[in-house]
Amino acid sequence: MAGFLLKRLLQALFVMVAVTLIVAFAIRLTGDPALMLTQGSAAVTEADLERIREALGLNQPFFVQYLSFLRGLVSLDFGRSFIGGTPVSQLIAKALPATLSLALSSMLIAIALSVPLGIKAAVARGKWADQLIRICSLAGLSFPNFWLATMMVLVFSITLGWLPPSGMSGFSSLIMPAVTMGVILTATNVRLVRTAMLETLQAQYIMVARAKGLGERAVLYKHGLRNCAIPLITWFGLQFGALIGGIVVVERVFNWPGLGTLAFDAVAARDYPVLQAVITVLSLLIIAVNLVVDIAYGLIDPRVRVR
Amino acid sequence: MSRTSDKTQRKGAPTHFRTLEFTLGLLFVGVMGLAVLFSGIVFPDGGEKIDLTARLLPPFTHGTHSLGTDPLGRDVLARIVTGGKISLEVGLLSVAGAVTVGVVVGMMSGYYRGLCDMIVMRLVDIQLALPFILLAITVIAIFGGSLSHTIILLIVSQWVQYARLVRGLVIALRERDFIQQAQAIGVGDVKLLFSHLLPNLIGPVIVLMTLNIANNILLESSLTFLGLGIDPTIPSWGGMLAQGRTYLQNAWWIAVFPGLAIMVTVLGFNLLGDWLRDRLDPTGTTLR
Repeated sequence: MAGFLLKRLLQALFVMVAVTLIVAFAIRLTGDPALMLTQGSAAVTEADLERIREALGLNQPFFVQYLSFLRGLVSLDFGRSFIGGTPVSQLIAKALPATLSLALSSMLIAIALSVPLGIKAAVARGKWADQLIRICSLAGLSFPNFWLATMMVLVFSITLGWLPPSGMSGFSSLIMPAVTMGVILTATNVRLVRTAMLETLQAQYIMVARAKGLGERAVLYKHGLRNCAIPLITWFGLQFGALIGGIVVVERVFNWPGLGTLAFDAVAARDYPVLQAVITVLSLLIIAVNLVVDIAYGLIDPRVRVR
Repeated sequence: MSRTSDKTQRKGAPTHFRTLEFTLGLLFVGVMGLAVLFSGIVFPDGGEKIDLTARLLPPFTHGTHSLGTDPLGRDVLARIVTGGKISLEVGLLSVAGAVTVGVVVGMMSGYYRGLCDMIVMRLVDIQLALPFILLAITVIAIFGGSLSHTIILLIVSQWVQYARLVRGLVIALRERDFIQQAQAIGVGDVKLLFSHLLPNLIGPVIVLMTLNIANNILLESSLTFLGLGIDPTIPSWGGMLAQGRTYLQNAWWIAVFPGLAIMVTVLGFNLLGDWLRDRLDPTGTTLR
């Protein structure tokens, strides 16, 4: 077990270093931040630029800058935004809860929808209910999340006037973004639940449960679902990356003040410290979730440890 | 999983449903493909003709503009058909690039293992931690958005999927008798890889390709919608949707129809992929 833990931790550490390096290097390619900072202001002398570079540490070699970024990362100090000079950590602290609440609620919606539907499909394997769920899941994988979001705005905000079209103002504004992501996630999850459940339903203990006269509900949810819960949680956990990728886009459509919106604003304003910090934080979040899921799986199911 | 469960699972869908799935998939992809192919003949102006006397015409009311017009009086149907070219181009070219790199690297990594294998597996880890959209935001913030950048980005972020799939298949195949026998009679590595291993792993690869064409059409439209992909002046589905969003209040058709076009095309490829999976990859290696 110790060996598995150590191996997994080292892998995660390697990926963290690699991802931060890639992002830092990419950001460095963008050009001279001193020039960008002074864009638009008249009468900037070469001496001024030099002073800015000195102050931002831009004169140092790439690796020195990368190390100081890492040091900042550990102490949660990402420098200041080019626009307005707010500390980047403050911007992130404000946006992170918005993104996480959206991620959590879309996951809850996806689980609430995909577990019963997936079980239904597995039980009705080959019958019309299974086909219908299959077609719906394929259709759900076939439209862009931002289009679903736009259509919901068209129906629920513009036509019916029930929900606010954008922004974050209480529970009602969370509904549409969360449902958009929840529906998209459900489309993938249904098939995973169906596959896992089909495997579980072949097991002897299901036959025993049925033979001793348990109701179908108890057989499916108590004996079936519990036994395939572990692989399911792992698969759902590994989707976290895809979920974050989707949320970034959906946030943009609904003007949800999360990390995605922060990133797009940073791109538009060429505010590279913010962009670098947001991308880094999101990737580290994904790595952490994958690591936790993997280790938990290894703890519960020893077969995973030898691979 | 026991052999019997394997069989019952595969029996999953009755054949008439499979036929329907295949027919619909082919129909959707075929109709879209033909429309794009002949768009230049049917709509010679490519949906670029501006007609300010026919601004924001609603659909189904005018003979010449069956799906309505946009704020510049350009025909929505003509723009959708022309814009499909971009989507299909991105879908096909990105998958072609990714599969070429991925299959070669995956075969090497699964066959030789060792250092090459380790590097590939770590690249897979990195790719999993950096979703396409995040990578795209970073890279496009630097180099700007364009058709070729979008395709290159998709290749860079997706070849590892093929490498991982092929690697797994090769590791399993390597232990099979026919490969060991070929090795025993002195078949060279290159011949072994390309004429003995490759034909045996092409099925799952084709399934993944079909599903990725669908996925990449979606990703490109997202990027363009966000203003990070194709030049907004060129007709493309993502670009039209971005424009449609600003006119949602008074001209719903600009946002609705390009989305339907994406959905029909992508669903077509997904249906075909699902059907192919049943035929070419019955054990479901491409499912996860």
